[in-house]
Amino acid sequence: MIRNIHLIIIVLFIAGSCVFTARAIGAEWSGVDESVVEKYAEEAGRPPRDPYINTDQGDLLLFVFLLGGATGGFVGGYYFRMLFHENKEIAKAKN
Amino acid sequence: MTKTSIRVTAALFAFLMLYGAPAGAMHISEGILPAKWAGLWFILSAPFLFMGLRELKIRSARSPHYKALVGLVGAAVFIISCMPIPVPVVGSCSHPCGTGLAAIIIGPWVTVVVASVALLLQALFMAHGGLSTLGADLFSMGVAGAFVGYGVFKLGKRIGVPVFGAAFLAGVTSDWATYAITSLELSTALGTSSSWLNMFIAILIAFMPTQIPLGILEGFLAGGAYKFIASRRPELLKPFNENAFVGDVK
Repeated sequence: MIRNIHLIIIVLFIAGSCVFTARAIGAEWSGVDESVVEKYAEEAGRPPRDPYINTDQGDLLLFVFLLGGATGGFVGGYYFRMLFHENKEIAKAKN
Repeated sequence: MTKTSIRVTAALFAFLMLYGAPAGAMHISEGILPAKWAGLWFILSAPFLFMGLRELKIRSARSPHYKALVGLVGAAVFIISCMPIPVPVVGSCSHPCGTGLAAIIIGPWVTVVVASVALLLQALFMAHGGLSTLGADLFSMGVAGAFVGYGVFKLGKRIGVPVFGAAFLAGVTSDWATYAITSLELSTALGTSSSWLNMFIAILIAFMPTQIPLGILEGFLAGGAYKFIASRRPELLKPFNENAFVGDVK
């Protein structure tokens, strides 16, 4: 019970702090790829150029990330099942 | 709810109220590095990739579960390294790398192979990183992240740190090493011979507010995942605890 309360407090803290920061400092939640790497590159006169296959257009990037996440999740889940369930059952059957 | 919980929560909120400075991943985008520097990082990464492919072939032939384990870890590295996580105190997002965790599970050499596949897919289809900067991104995330994490894990175990603690330290240091090498790659390529050190320090400091908490998060991820595998299927980890390097497996 105490553990659950601690978990709820942590989740509320993280969610609350995100909202707080966004309001207090006008956070844009940009990635450090953009806010550090590209910032210094631009200052040095070498701004990034568009990738060869530019999926960063409208909602296309969201779709690609969703597809990548779903495919990665499926592959990971497939091998997880193979390693942690099927092989365990085979080992049990052998014993 | 205990009084201590309330006090801790109040203290954390108070910290947030006082700490409000805005701050600005290891992915270096297409076109940022001049050709000679991009080429250099390709040349430096290539031997690690070659040795990793050789190691993958040897271990796959000797252990029937190894390819499945590499598939699982590869999927995890791909997802982890393109998953932006908001860092509340600084108002920006970054991603963990996952290569420290991968290195302590499948070994550092094969982690370079796994990282190269993840980074290639991200550069090709996800506008993350770039093809010309693939060598540099692979060196920072694949080579530095994997070998630093693995080295710290082995050192931790040798001096008697519990498994969770050693894996935690591997996750933390691999993340920080990745971003330190990214800072080095950027500063050497973009700075002048007299200014690169100042630029290196400036970039490293710019990464810190986001990467210090994220590195700690990655440490917990590595510690938890390693402990989970060690408790459920310890035999999967055995060969890599005893023999890490190419051709070591007897």
